[in-house]
Amino acid sequence: MSVVQLFNGLVTGSFYALVALGLSIIFGMMRVVNFAHGAFYMLGAFGAYVLLDSWQIGFWWALILAPLAIGCFGMVLERLLFRRLYALDPLYNFLLSFAVATIIQDAMRLRYGAQGKPYRVTSQLLSGVQHIGSTFYPKYRLFVIVFSILVCVVVWFLVERTRIGMVIRAATEKPDLTRALGVDVDRWITPVFGFGVALAALGGVLAAAMQQVRPSMGEDLIIVIFAVVVIGGLGSIAGSVVAGLAIGVIAAVGEAYYAQVSSTLVFIVMAIVLLIRPAGLFGSVEGA
Amino acid sequence: MSVRPVTVRYAGYALALIAALILPHIIYPVLALNIIVWGLFAVAVDLLLGFSGLLSFGHAAFWGSAAYAAGIAATRGGVSFPVAVLIGTLVAILLAIPIGYLSIRRQGIYFAMVTLAFAQMIYFVINQWRSVTGGENGIQGIPRTLLGLDLSSATTFYYAALPLALIGYVFAFRVVHSPFGHVLVAIRDNETRARALGYPTHRYKLIGFVISASLAGLGGSIYALGQRLADLEYARWTTSGLAVIMTILGGVGTLWGGVIGAVVVLLLRDWLTTRPELFGVATGGVFAVIVLGFRRGILGTALHWYRSGRPDAPIRRRGLAAARPDPTTVPRVKPEKGGR
Repeated sequence: MSVVQLFNGLVTGSFYALVALGLSIIFGMMRVVNFAHGAFYMLGAFGAYVLLDSWQIGFWWALILAPLAIGCFGMVLERLLFRRLYALDPLYNFLLSFAVATIIQDAMRLRYGAQGKPYRVTSQLLSGVQHIGSTFYPKYRLFVIVFSILVCVVVWFLVERTRIGMVIRAATEKPDLTRALGVDVDRWITPVFGFGVALAALGGVLAAAMQQVRPSMGEDLIIVIFAVVVIGGLGSIAGSVVAGLAIGVIAAVGEAYYAQVSSTLVFIVMAIVLLIRPAGLFGSVEGA
Repeated sequence: MSVRPVTVRYAGYALALIAALILPHIIYPVLALNIIVWGLFAVAVDLLLGFSGLLSFGHAAFWGSAAYAAGIAATRGGVSFPVAVLIGTLVAILLAIPIGYLSIRRQGIYFAMVTLAFAQMIYFVINQWRSVTGGENGIQGIPRTLLGLDLSSATTFYYAALPLALIGYVFAFRVVHSPFGHVLVAIRDNETRARALGYPTHRYKLIGFVISASLAGLGGSIYALGQRLADLEYARWTTSGLAVIMTILGGVGTLWGGVIGAVVVLLLRDWLTTRPELFGVATGGVFAVIVLGFRRGILGTALHWYRSGRPDAPIRRRGLAAARPDPTTVPRVKPEKGGR
């Protein structure tokens, strides 16, 4: 187990944390388990690719523009589709988001083909390697770790320490009571959904340079993310981030010692958590 | 003129049986067999969703592992095809016990996520365990024999496999109409009350889960022999998703709706066979419409019309769609935390 492997684990974990965080925020407010979250992550990566390929707009702008655009797309979907099913069993919105994911992914396959597209970060600042102790590590990957953790901390601050966050938490806990106190809860639903989607897209932009940009890149990720949020406790911000990072590192450790089990480790951890603490590590007992 | 509901029901079964017997002469036999086994798969999903209120998004684990087990038994063990199907079904049951035991610890939306995750785990195991499963190549050219008879013709195999599939259908029917099935429905509608009445609800749900998985396994085994292939795709979550689409398209809680869903989806897939992406967009679109505004599904709507035309007929509250209030008449209320 070397430092490099540990950092690789943290990089993977950063993606998990960002995507799981968005999923948890959406679930907390709307009780929607968004199957399309992996598709939004993929759209983020394609956003970065298209910006560079068609308009020569580089990484830094993509980091802002792509999540913004995908987030707006998410808000449109919320207004047109998801909003209609809030009164029903959450399973229906889960199924609807599954349909949305299928449509988005296959539509992207129709447009761009299944082949992966390379994406290069043009910034000088992020190229090259950084000295860590006795080894070297790519600067871009270090940036991914630091930036993702920074984003997670900012989101935590927004939700736990600001007035807007207070409204959102209140609406999550007791929507009817919050309404009765004169807070327009419905006004916040669409932006919060868009924000969660934007977080997934942000993860996608960061991932674009590290793997091939292809329509299937979110398909398997979303299932790992489901396991991550079951481990962390769905709807818990801290749980999503901690479980995301931890699973990334655990998978990297597994890879180092016994490569075959690496991809199944997350599910084994999930099984153990279900046995010991069905509500998840950071979850309350609700709905357990 | 009034026809007794029971007459209509038996006429329906007779028609379905005749349809199953002449199906390979209407469409080509491989597609006919696919409809029969995918229909069984969707019925298995509905047994759990419609009658226990548990949406499994991981039934591909049982469908796929049974397909591999049957394929390996027939290829390496050289057993005849009913034995291979039996072995596949048994493997699905053996897998379903631990997975079900863990999954039923959560319910509602969590149950769907947990089953999905476990199925992905099985998928990875099948992919990694190359020496047995052939990895990405799968098991190819699976032989099918029965007492020295040649079953290589697709039509012959259809008629040889149909009785096995029918056993599965009849079993599903018997389970739903048994006292056990009624307890499952009671648990679906109010688990606390069922427990208060003295039913060990967890055990009931686990048995329901295993029965459902065994039917998915039976379907998967026959499917692998019919295709002469056990492929990694069978165990993938998209396969679970397709079965769920068929179930809901046909009508949750109708039991047989899944067969109609299978017919629609498989004919669509056959029609768009050269354009798989277009098939994805089309099924996704149809499914979104169903979930948004047509939640009774095809058979569910038909039954609703039939029953609403007969005020004396008992209207049964069945499945998720029926158990929930209509959103157009009920003011918007946030669902309780944690779903159901």
